[in-house]
Amino acid sequence: MTTETQLRETAMPLKVERLVKHFGETVALDDVSLTVRAGECVGLLGPNGAGKSTLIRSIVGRVIPESGRVAVFGRAAGSMEARLALGWVPQELAIYPRISCKENLGSFGRYYGLSGHKLAEAVAWCLHWAALEDRQGELARNLSGGMKRRLNMAAGVLHRPRVVLFDEPTVGVDPQSRNRIFEMIEALKGAGTALIYTTHYMEEAERLCDRIAIVDHGRIIAEGTKDALIASTFGTRSQVLARFAGPADAIAQWAGGNRGRVTDSTVEFTIEQATEIARLLEDARQAGLELVDVSLRRPNLESVFLHLTGRELRD
Amino acid sequence: MILQVARTALLALRRDRGALVLSFVLPLAFFSIFATIFGKQNDTTPKVKIILVDEDRSEASRDLVNGLKSETSLVVMTAPAAKSKTAPPPADYTAATAEAAVKAGDAPVALIIPRGFGQHPVAFGRDADESPIQLLNDQSDAIAPQIVLGLLQKAAMTSMPAVMAQESMNYTSKYLGGFTPEQRTKVDEELEALRERTANGTAATRPDMDNVGIIRVKARAVVGEDKKSPMISFYAAAIGVMFLLFTASGSAGALLDEAESGTLDRVLSTRVTMTKLLAGKLVFNTLLAFIQLVAMFLWGWAVFKLDFLNHLPGFVVMGLCTAFAVAAFGMLLASACHTRAQLGALSTLLILIMSSVGGSMFPRFLMPESMQRAGLLTINAWAIDGFTKVFWRDLPVKELWPQVTVLLAVGVGLFAIARRVARRWEIA
Repeated sequence: MTTETQLRETAMPLKVERLVKHFGETVALDDVSLTVRAGECVGLLGPNGAGKSTLIRSIVGRVIPESGRVAVFGRAAGSMEARLALGWVPQELAIYPRISCKENLGSFGRYYGLSGHKLAEAVAWCLHWAALEDRQGELARNLSGGMKRRLNMAAGVLHRPRVVLFDEPTVGVDPQSRNRIFEMIEALKGAGTALIYTTHYMEEAERLCDRIAIVDHGRIIAEGTKDALIASTFGTRSQVLARFAGPADAIAQWAGGNRGRVTDSTVEFTIEQATEIARLLEDARQAGLELVDVSLRRPNLESVFLHLTGRELRD
Repeated sequence: MILQVARTALLALRRDRGALVLSFVLPLAFFSIFATIFGKQNDTTPKVKIILVDEDRSEASRDLVNGLKSETSLVVMTAPAAKSKTAPPPADYTAATAEAAVKAGDAPVALIIPRGFGQHPVAFGRDADESPIQLLNDQSDAIAPQIVLGLLQKAAMTSMPAVMAQESMNYTSKYLGGFTPEQRTKVDEELEALRERTANGTAATRPDMDNVGIIRVKARAVVGEDKKSPMISFYAAAIGVMFLLFTASGSAGALLDEAESGTLDRVLSTRVTMTKLLAGKLVFNTLLAFIQLVAMFLWGWAVFKLDFLNHLPGFVVMGLCTAFAVAAFGMLLASACHTRAQLGALSTLLILIMSSVGGSMFPRFLMPESMQRAGLLTINAWAIDGFTKVFWRDLPVKELWPQVTVLLAVGVGLFAIARRVARRWEIA
């Protein structure tokens, strides 16, 4: 790729600085900054409408922020150099349903300026990478959900970009396909590609991502490795989940008095020592609440996510 | 329960603007168009344009010309229209220029009053065959010659009383002022000739004469006389353009599918810009429309004896220009609409109206003058006029310049607007 030589090799593959974007009264991005290094996978977690997709679309140049800057190897988002260095796998199945897998890849390859044997090589590599060699002549619309997802991914990495943005690539696929998709992403990462991965599945983020940024209301509210996030959110404390039978307002009143958070009839506490459980349960009994079950667990990424973004429905 | 099902359907219909437009606006629009064309509203019955050449310049011919000019159903032209207000008035039509004008489509009928007409203007007897009025017509308009023939006889009856009286006296003196042996012989000959013609069934309808009245008229088709299937080329163009518009709109609608699926966003994140994307689709839709026209005319050639192969250059020029214009039209509709349903409703509405006003459903010469002028706002009218020039009038390619210019300008204009409207997809 001729423009690759124009990229600043010493620059950070992806650097997002203080992006701000509003859609009407809604704050989509509020002073968002992020960097991704070569061979690193950064997970973007956030509730629906938190601003993840707006951030991704800002990076690929499809959204123009009001302020802030996106640089891909030092080049501005939307510039031809940045476009060619970036690969984008959108959440939607952005492929042509009425043409075959191979024709889809050929079309997107040409859109990226590939031709001749370079195009043929790229298509062959992608079909192999996405495990679609056997179905290369199949119309895209006739593929299974998992195959469509893999084709969608292949169309985004066909031109061998050095920064790839995955926007919920595993929505609606079975565990087998999901596993294959993980392997595909790990292969890219192993080859030194800088990755951003948005998802609602915590176990995916835990498996694939080196760092995780939690986005809510257009801001990155926490960022770091999984362990760092857990430590910064919960310290050494553990979570207690206690489910009670009884009037909801009584449960809420008691939980409020003990710094617990209620979801349905389950109250969530964090405790430093396991011995604190007995005191809490005794207190509940005296408040007239009937315990149904109780569990103690170490906080995980989901705990961090729910703790930071809350349990209220967003849409 | 039946009412509940109906209620649900009503709720869905209320929110489907496209279906509402198709259900209520389209029928009203169509009703209005047809009522205007065929309802003779406000005395807008189509007038027949005729070219009149008076070679005789006799009292009888002047009376006849004045009689025809006073007919409100006719627009009589004795000279071409001046090219500009300041230009000197053009010379009157001659028989040759009138024939050329009919061939060029300036008027569907020309009447030539020949020298000598005034000597025997009324058609009695054998010698009335000597100087018949010549009627030159364009076969594509089957109605105009019949109207002109009828009005010609009417004008003769009402506008030449003195001539008719004089002629009657002449005939009386000639045939009834006492029969000499020679007169007897002549009357006998006339009677015998009339008997023969009656026996042959040609007394009233000699093949080269339209003997429908007291004025002898010799009719000759100067356009389309050698066409095997006179209206096939017209319908190939008329129907073809209408379906081209539908195809172009449907094909351009792929843009909406791509926008909805996110493919458009993805494509625009590559090296492809919006202008290149739209231009690529315009090229595809133009070629698709052109191939569709080729298929239609080839079918007309194979099945309906349309003289396709002898008109290839004109067909290619008109076909490409028409295809370009309809493709740009489709691009604009697709760019302006937000959903396929909107596109379907709007394109159906516009295309059917354009096709009815523009002559795809019935020839424009059947329409009132105002409607014919309105037709010029449509792609259909210009395309059909161009194809008619090629296949009907056998005009050379250079004569297509007005249609080519308009269609190309329309295509460029519509595409420019489509590009402007498509900015909504570019960036947020």
